[in-house]
Amino acid sequence: MLDGRPALGRMIPALTAGTISAPMTTTPDVLIRARALTKQFGALTAVDGVDFDVHVGEAFGFLGPNGAGKTSTMRMIACSSPMSSGELSVVGMNPTKQGAQIKARLGVVPQIDNLDAELTVLENLLMYARYFDIPGESARARAAELLDFVQLTDRANDQVEPLSGGMKRRLTIARALINEPELILLDEPTTGLDPQARHLVWDRLYRLKSRGVTLVITTHYMDEAEQLCDRLVVMDHAKIVAEGSPRELIERYSTREVLELRLTDATRASLNGRLDSVAERVEDLPDRILLYAADGEQALEKIHAQQIPIESALVRRSTLEDVFLRLTGRTLIE
Amino acid sequence: MTAGTSPLTALRVTQRNLLVYRRTWRGSVFGSFLTPLLYLGALGVGLGSFIAAQDTDALGGFTYLQFLGPGLLASTCMQTASFEATFPIMGKISWRRNYEAILATPLQVHHLLFGEAGWMTFRLTSISTVFLIVLVIFGIPTSPLALLAIPAAILTGLAFFLAIMAFTATQKNDAGFAAIFRFVVNPLFLFSGTFFPVDRLPDGLEFIASLTPLYHGVALVRGVVLAGPDLASWPVHLAYLVVFSSIAGFLAYTTLRRRLVK
Repeated sequence: MLDGRPALGRMIPALTAGTISAPMTTTPDVLIRARALTKQFGALTAVDGVDFDVHVGEAFGFLGPNGAGKTSTMRMIACSSPMSSGELSVVGMNPTKQGAQIKARLGVVPQIDNLDAELTVLENLLMYARYFDIPGESARARAAELLDFVQLTDRANDQVEPLSGGMKRRLTIARALINEPELILLDEPTTGLDPQARHLVWDRLYRLKSRGVTLVITTHYMDEAEQLCDRLVVMDHAKIVAEGSPRELIERYSTREVLELRLTDATRASLNGRLDSVAERVEDLPDRILLYAADGEQALEKIHAQQIPIESALVRRSTLEDVFLRLTGRTLIE
Repeated sequence: MTAGTSPLTALRVTQRNLLVYRRTWRGSVFGSFLTPLLYLGALGVGLGSFIAAQDTDALGGFTYLQFLGPGLLASTCMQTASFEATFPIMGKISWRRNYEAILATPLQVHHLLFGEAGWMTFRLTSISTVFLIVLVIFGIPTSPLALLAIPAAILTGLAFFLAIMAFTATQKNDAGFAAIFRFVVNPLFLFSGTFFPVDRLPDGLEFIASLTPLYHGVALVRGVVLAGPDLASWPVHLAYLVVFSSIAGFLAYTTLRRRLVK
């Protein structure tokens, strides 16, 4: 398993066309391929005919509000949930028939930690290694490396239960790496963590990516998607509504800059659409007005020229959040 | 070797439970060993001293202590197995989601089931062995045949473990467990032949009692420990327990799979 070399250094998947067993209709560098992938729970359609490809070595994101179908999609990729219809290939194999073989090559970080709370940090890793039939000596060497990688070496013999949320998350990530997976599925990896813990997790995921491991991430944090994902799809109501790199999505669905204006109620009442000519798109929010424009400063100058009194103005770059809210709406989804 | 293909893979789940048990065994000592001993002392020795003088014919010619001892062995296995099939299994299904973690690896639902059964067999073996030693100390067993009480008690426990596990896999939360103990486990403990022969029950109730797995478990264990009149009917009891456990095991697999793979 380890043949003496540092395992993490070897995590660059030797995934040439020849090593993929029984390829379906995939090209060599496509690790996950979904066509018309559908998941139904009784009358509810959780995933409604989605198409996507995930390539070797990329970080691919599923972005979307709660209930959009991200987790259901992830569970189908993880071979934890049988698909209802469509076509799915993961590491070149069919999840319906080769679930166990696929799982042997995946690492899964679930949304809610499911560690063995009664066991120690180290025992959690060693026990998980047993499920993958990793021999004892390799498992111990690998566990030691992974504890170092997620900075938990000094907690190796502590029980899991009193650990902080960030430490449990890092242990869950380490556990998902025990079988040297070429593909790691992370379902909302930093939900509920404090900023320091989030950045540490991001840093580790970034390192994995730079070692060639393919990451698939679901998140509803825009900063997380922008930080980590090379390419992402936005899901809403069980469907994919947009696909591209964060940059592409911003270009396609937003403008380069956004001007945020705060006006008095009296001013707002007397606007009569005078702002519409200033920007490509105007969004009226209860507390402020957003003007989407290629050049925010220029838009602001035009407003000054019209002598509209402004309480405050802020020019910022467009973010993925603007794209996300445009695509999935501002209504609270519950 | 691809993980998950060998039937022995299920032992990983057993191993996991043993690893956890190394930390938590203290809590199980009272229920599995000390409580039955208190019953044996209070009822077998204490109350039994009244019964011995009056009516041992109804007990097949044995003292009450002799009658009660093997019955308690079988019921203790039922109680421990029933408990293990409720809260701990629910924890692994939904509170701590350990099964979710295991199913993300090459292991599958049948590995969980066989692994848990293996773990339960370990627990039942240790309980019935200790219990049998206690019975020997009390001078209850009449022949080496008594050693067969260990597999008989294990089978009794497994029957309940699998049946209640099937129930647990259908439950959203632990509210139903109180009903299982109140309306199934405790009535069986009291009325399935552990404390008195079921022929002392009214006819209708006697018939119902004779349909329960504990009745057959008690009769089988008592038969081999005392080598008395119960021994003759051992094939019936054994066949009942094997068939019951097989059906319960199949149901446990189906319900667990429906719960965990969706």
